[in-house]
Amino acid sequence: MIVSVASGKGGTGKTTVTASLATVWDESVLAVDLDVEEPNLHLFLRPRIEGSEAAQLKVPVVDESRCTYCGACSDLCQFKAISVMGRLILTFPEMCHGCGGCIAVCPEKALSPGQRELGEISWGEAGRAGFLMGRLRIGEAMSPPLMRLVKVKLDEMIAARGGDAIIDAPPGVSCPAVNAVIDSDVIVLVTEPTPFGFYDFQLAWEAFSPLGKPMATVVNRAGLGNDDIYRFCRDKGLPILAEIPFDRAIAEAYARGRIIAEVSSELRETFVSMLGRIREVAKQCCPKGVAHA
Amino acid sequence: MKKIAVTSEGPSLDDQVDPRFGRAAGFVVVDLDTMETQYFDNGQSQVMAQGAGIQAAELIARAGVNCLLTGYVGPKAFQALSAAGIKIGQNLEGLTVREALERFKSGRVEMAQAANRGAGR
Amino acid sequence: MREIVIISGKGGTGKTSLTGAFAHLAANKIMCDLDVDAPDLHLLLRPTREREEEFHSGHEARIDRESCDRCGLCASMCQFGAIREEEEGFAVDSLRCEGCKVCVAFCPAEAIQFPEKHCGQWYVSSTRFGPLVHAQLFPGEENSGRLVMVLKQQARELAKARGVDLVLCDGAPGIGCPVISSLSGAHLAVAVTEPTPSGRHDLERVADLCKHFQTVFAVIINKHDLNPDETARIEAFCRDGSYPVLAHLPHDPLVTQAMIQGLVVTELPEGDFSRELRHAWARIEALPGLGR
Repeated sequence: MIVSVASGKGGTGKTTVTASLATVWDESVLAVDLDVEEPNLHLFLRPRIEGSEAAQLKVPVVDESRCTYCGACSDLCQFKAISVMGRLILTFPEMCHGCGGCIAVCPEKALSPGQRELGEISWGEAGRAGFLMGRLRIGEAMSPPLMRLVKVKLDEMIAARGGDAIIDAPPGVSCPAVNAVIDSDVIVLVTEPTPFGFYDFQLAWEAFSPLGKPMATVVNRAGLGNDDIYRFCRDKGLPILAEIPFDRAIAEAYARGRIIAEVSSELRETFVSMLGRIREVAKQCCPKGVAHA
Repeated sequence: MKKIAVTSEGPSLDDQVDPRFGRAAGFVVVDLDTMETQYFDNGQSQVMAQGAGIQAAELIARAGVNCLLTGYVGPKAFQALSAAGIKIGQNLEGLTVREALERFKSGRVEMAQAANRGAGR
Repeated sequence: MREIVIISGKGGTGKTSLTGAFAHLAANKIMCDLDVDAPDLHLLLRPTREREEEFHSGHEARIDRESCDRCGLCASMCQFGAIREEEEGFAVDSLRCEGCKVCVAFCPAEAIQFPEKHCGQWYVSSTRFGPLVHAQLFPGEENSGRLVMVLKQQARELAKARGVDLVLCDGAPGIGCPVISSLSGAHLAVAVTEPTPSGRHDLERVADLCKHFQTVFAVIINKHDLNPDETARIEAFCRDGSYPVLAHLPHDPLVTQAMIQGLVVTELPEGDFSRELRHAWARIEALPGLGR
């Protein structure tokens, strides 16, 4: 089972929930941080890193001895990563999305795959859980290419060790967030009952419903705002897995980098039963766009 | 330098210099020998999600331009233009195309050594 | 004309709430919500829409089943796993399609269309604090930063047309494309952070980003009382980088209460939080290059 933990709004507690779930997981689990722009999971799980590798994207490299400046590559490229002007050919690797089109279309076989560094992938162990994360290089604009490579590593690690995976997704509802949840079996949406939390939660629901995966909600900082979120979940048939109360002591523990499930036995129990309910929700098979309670 | 391109909000010499390069409305291209002018619409670059500056550089390079007069140019466009051997005069916004050309002809435009703007998309 | 962008790196630090308050405190400005993925500023400003435009960007592939030979070349060439064979034929998953055009170019039957994508809507609205330029990307769309640039351009043109000398932007979270675009041409980036391990970690990344793009950088420490030790570490980081710390704001549920009422916190009766926020704004206005 692959669980993704997402939210429309940033700062609602995705990483908090992911870290806590990883520590109470009763079977083998791989904790994955796919928020490659701002990875935070490692700050709470404090993994022992056992290996890392530079993540590379295949970008075109020109062999000018073979290039006839026909411009077929430049005409095809939708991202202006390769440009032919007269007898001049330029590449802009930072614009390249790695589609391989230019390399395939070149009639002279003058282009071959070179590499652009996207960032770093690292893995290890955090207590009983396995750990995997990606970290985007500063100045690198796009996260999906790195996310794809982390997902390849995720598949390899699961194939080797078996068990489940839990993914800390990036916030928002655009490409990177969709990329993180699209290959999971169940999506857990973490939200807070404030107007911002509720608005962004609705966006998340709209974004992820078409994926046809079972979805459920965790309400963090419950008691902080109003009841709109509960009404919405009822209307859409979204099960509420748990509420984590708005509590200054919890906020301070979080600020100290503590895992919330370790703050008290009650909170631990909240996450243990959350895990049980996630398994129930994952068993449901949802037709596209409709969620059941 | 024979052929000068000026980023322009419109097709005539009395239109304002468009301060942008990659997403400029268009280019007035002047042949200094004959003083003939030609206008190139830049719509194709404007609609691009990214790389508009590179697309615009290709456009004026294809037109045989030697020198560009504009407001600001980003680093990727600057790289493309320089590689194509096109000299760049920046910071000319606020003038008409005609005024920018006069300034150039009287030697009062310094050719840029670096892009005067950060990366856009 | 000066442009100030409020950013955060990490989400949930209070960026939008503070931007809303600054919108109240700043005299003459155009506001811009650059978080086109999950915009929230409008929930505080309650805008009246005056202009609405479609945003088109990029393309996506669409297979014409009637012309398709089912040779499968497209699926084998697609680097993004966006093409699958279904019972009725091959189909492109628009949520995975990168818009690279490879399948379109190589299809032997020329069976693949490449229409432009309608990715979102943008708006120019009026609010009780002045004009607001904002947008909503449709869910799942690529946030390349292009829509952010469109909004900035509109805000700048509006400022010029109305003789306004300040554009105040609620920036995008994170450090990717949309933030990079948010910072383009900005005179000042104000990073709102919180004294949590994630807050400081993400502050460092966003400071690096601003250094990379040479944007002037200042910091506001929100919820500073949650962890005084961490606050001290953030202060040390700012000292090392010579980043001005504009304010220390206490953790205050008042911010959420204002949000629920559709107000910004400075519209509520004056307290410690709003007082400190006013000082922060005064310090921003006093920063060199931003003097008005």
